[in-house]
Amino acid sequence: MPIEILMPALSPTMTEGNLAKWLKKEGDEVRSGDVLAEIETDKATMEVEAVDDGTIGKILVPEGAQGIKVNAPIALLLGEGEEASALTSLAATAPEPPPAAPSRQQQERSPARDVTLEGAPPPASAPTGQRGDGRIFASPLARRMAQHAGLDLAAIRGSGPQGRIVKADIDAALSAARGVPAAPVPQAAAPGPAVTPSRPLVPPAAPALSKERVAALAGNPPYTERPLNAMRRVIARRLTESKQTIPHFYLTIDCEIDALLKIRAELNAKSEAYRISVNDFVIRAAALALRRVPAANASWSDDAILLWDTVDIAVAVALDDGLITPIVKAADRKGLAAIANETKDLVERSRAGKLKLKEFQGGTFSISNLGMYGVRDFAAVINPPHGGILAVGAGEQRPVVKDGALTVATVMSCTLSCDHRAVDGAVGAQFLAAFKRLVEDPLTMLL
Amino acid sequence: MAETSFDLIVLGGGPGGYVAAIRAAQLGMKTALVEREHLGGICLNWGCIPTKALLRSSEIHHLLHRLEEFGFSAKDIRFDAGKVVARSRAIAKQLSNGVAYLLRKNQVIVFDGHGRLAGKGRLAVEKNGQPVAELTAEHIVLATGARARSLPGLEPDGDRVWTYKEAMVPMAIPHSLLVVGSGAIGIEFASFYHDMGAEVTVVEVLDRVLPVEDEEISAFARKSFEKQGLRIQTGAMVAALERTDKSVTARIEGGGQGSELEVERVILAVGIVGNFEDIGLENTGVAVEKSHVIVDEWLRTGEPGVYAIGDLVGPPWLAHKASHEGVVCIERIAGVNDVHPLNIRNIPACTYCRPQVASVGLTEKAARDAGYELKIGHFPFIGNGKAIALGEPEGMIKTVFDSKTGELLGAHMIGAEVTELIQGYTIAKTLETTEADLIRTIFPHPTLSETMHEAVLDAYGRAIHF
Repeated sequence: MPIEILMPALSPTMTEGNLAKWLKKEGDEVRSGDVLAEIETDKATMEVEAVDDGTIGKILVPEGAQGIKVNAPIALLLGEGEEASALTSLAATAPEPPPAAPSRQQQERSPARDVTLEGAPPPASAPTGQRGDGRIFASPLARRMAQHAGLDLAAIRGSGPQGRIVKADIDAALSAARGVPAAPVPQAAAPGPAVTPSRPLVPPAAPALSKERVAALAGNPPYTERPLNAMRRVIARRLTESKQTIPHFYLTIDCEIDALLKIRAELNAKSEAYRISVNDFVIRAAALALRRVPAANASWSDDAILLWDTVDIAVAVALDDGLITPIVKAADRKGLAAIANETKDLVERSRAGKLKLKEFQGGTFSISNLGMYGVRDFAAVINPPHGGILAVGAGEQRPVVKDGALTVATVMSCTLSCDHRAVDGAVGAQFLAAFKRLVEDPLTMLL
Repeated sequence: MAETSFDLIVLGGGPGGYVAAIRAAQLGMKTALVEREHLGGICLNWGCIPTKALLRSSEIHHLLHRLEEFGFSAKDIRFDAGKVVARSRAIAKQLSNGVAYLLRKNQVIVFDGHGRLAGKGRLAVEKNGQPVAELTAEHIVLATGARARSLPGLEPDGDRVWTYKEAMVPMAIPHSLLVVGSGAIGIEFASFYHDMGAEVTVVEVLDRVLPVEDEEISAFARKSFEKQGLRIQTGAMVAALERTDKSVTARIEGGGQGSELEVERVILAVGIVGNFEDIGLENTGVAVEKSHVIVDEWLRTGEPGVYAIGDLVGPPWLAHKASHEGVVCIERIAGVNDVHPLNIRNIPACTYCRPQVASVGLTEKAARDAGYELKIGHFPFIGNGKAIALGEPEGMIKTVFDSKTGELLGAHMIGAEVTELIQGYTIAKTLETTEADLIRTIFPHPTLSETMHEAVLDAYGRAIHF
């Protein structure tokens, strides 16, 4: 039986939203956790993740569609081994249409009977367990589970009778907080260890930054509006979350790159098949340094620090209207020419908007390079769930002291931002030292 | 010519089908119901209800043999098996007529015949090989139920080797009886015939009787049955049945040993299979697995506009589960707000043997296997004043709580009238109460239900009367 993918509720009060973008198309294979689509409301943007493995059988709601009701089916997912023919069974019934007007006149029926018949509008009350008088309807079990987990019931949408908050809703909220898709059937979820998040799962309601309010705060000067697209909303959301939840600290190191520049010129003179940039050297050096200092290739989770087996480096690419971070996977295992060609291809396709989802989602570490703009050094914001990001400045001639004498060298300043929960200062310093050795003795990078 | 165009057709008039049809009619749908045999289905005609009537007779018979205990004396206690059966049949008939009345009152049109899907939105009805009608509807609900399973070599013959159907209308109570299978159906017949004076042997292939119940309840039940004089062999199989004019000889194998048992009759109660054949599922998207139709949480089959409910879609094979599925299915079709899929953990199950058995939710073992840490409560009927006053001190209540959340995961009961008590725990589970609410609840004194309160208290080390 095909699985219905439903319009999610991004917030307790959301009743409908827009389908900003499909990231998968019909026929695409998806795995549980893959992002399928981006949903927008007036307040937020969210990614819809696949809960099950399968193949996108049919997209029911096209990209750009507005005002889609929460819980309306937006696509059908075919399970393993399910044929597309299975779709015909559901496509006709989803979204669930009430039966065509019953042929028997309702007037014939006793009036009490037809109160819930089709055409009856959904209850006008808010979709949370909360009703007009502020009372929250929740089962005793749901209340206790929420209390244990530190969840605010007011922020949870009730799926029980009359919008009552039930156990399944708490399970779903806890799963969402852990970043795991909620099990669709409550009884299928084996009880795991009770999760007690270290922070409230729902951030305290900040006053909405309406444009009127912002303009008023600025003293109402004239302005031009640039509408927020999905990417801008994602940038805003993720980076705000990063700065609010990740304890950043910063380490800066200067690397002399004269030898690197020389080798780069020599390598590039040897063949037309590649053109290696300074940044490609930086990617390779960072990847090898992470391999040497595995503790820096790490992410924080509430359960454990995750030390990644692979080194997948996300490279920030500026776009006209935002930025995107395509990933050089297994960068420590790729030679400079391979990295050069891969980044060139990724950057070109980033700017053409042709990246596949898996090419820009994930990674274990990021690099942001503003050297080409003449920036000497800067500190970047960590791209969760990464444990660090390396901010690379311009290579410029600077006076340096060598053996007690003043001389000139080409120096590049790099600043590492670390998530202190996962990466301590000494680990960050070890990584930077390893990175510097590679950059300053680039032959070792060619091994 | 009768009307043939409907909003919804239900195929099968059992507790799933007729309830679905009535609910559909209540919601304003023009509804037809097709039934080939008798309204009310197996439940009402050949299952739940007539067996309860028989068991009432056997309970009275049992009490009549305990009269001195209550201060009576009587001589020459006899019964007429024909009258016992006649009472049971009359009750089934009365209720079947009641269903016909309810359907009529709700303006459901009933077609007498065998229905088969005949293309999209079409259902052909025939009777005795003659076409009766060709019905059309946007929605068709299959509710054809299930029937007794038969095993190779153990086929029923309607004479010496019975299914539930013959077992319900005996000409006389046999002197000796072999019951194959110790699920609810097998154990109820074993209990009935034993209390009516038969020598009964129960053979169960698994290692305990009532194998879906909690292990402690199974053990308690077995001890109780054996004390009454029932013979029980578990971990054993009936390998063959040899029939003669006067008796049946069963070869029983178990534990590496074989034995023979000669009995007057045999009842087969080895599970049931769905009635999925000959209802036109061929060339449709309806998927069938192990005789049961595959449906989603809203009872939709793989064929648009075709739904299936009740025993046809699989276990637990219980009338109240079928009825509830019928209501969920119909309300979902009608677009009623606030419809919720059935939660299998909240379906109570009752077995009307003596002592009765009832349960809801997870057994202790299932809960442990699911990874829960548990608090378990027990309370024996011997600690309950009403049970002793009734002369029914044999029984026990067991509660299973998640120790982390206080969720009532399961409740398991054995003893007098527990089938009437289990709804209390079922309401508690459906409302997601925790132990705190149950502890706070005031149970009336003196009642058997106080044992339910005590079993909750006991899980938290607070039982008062034991």
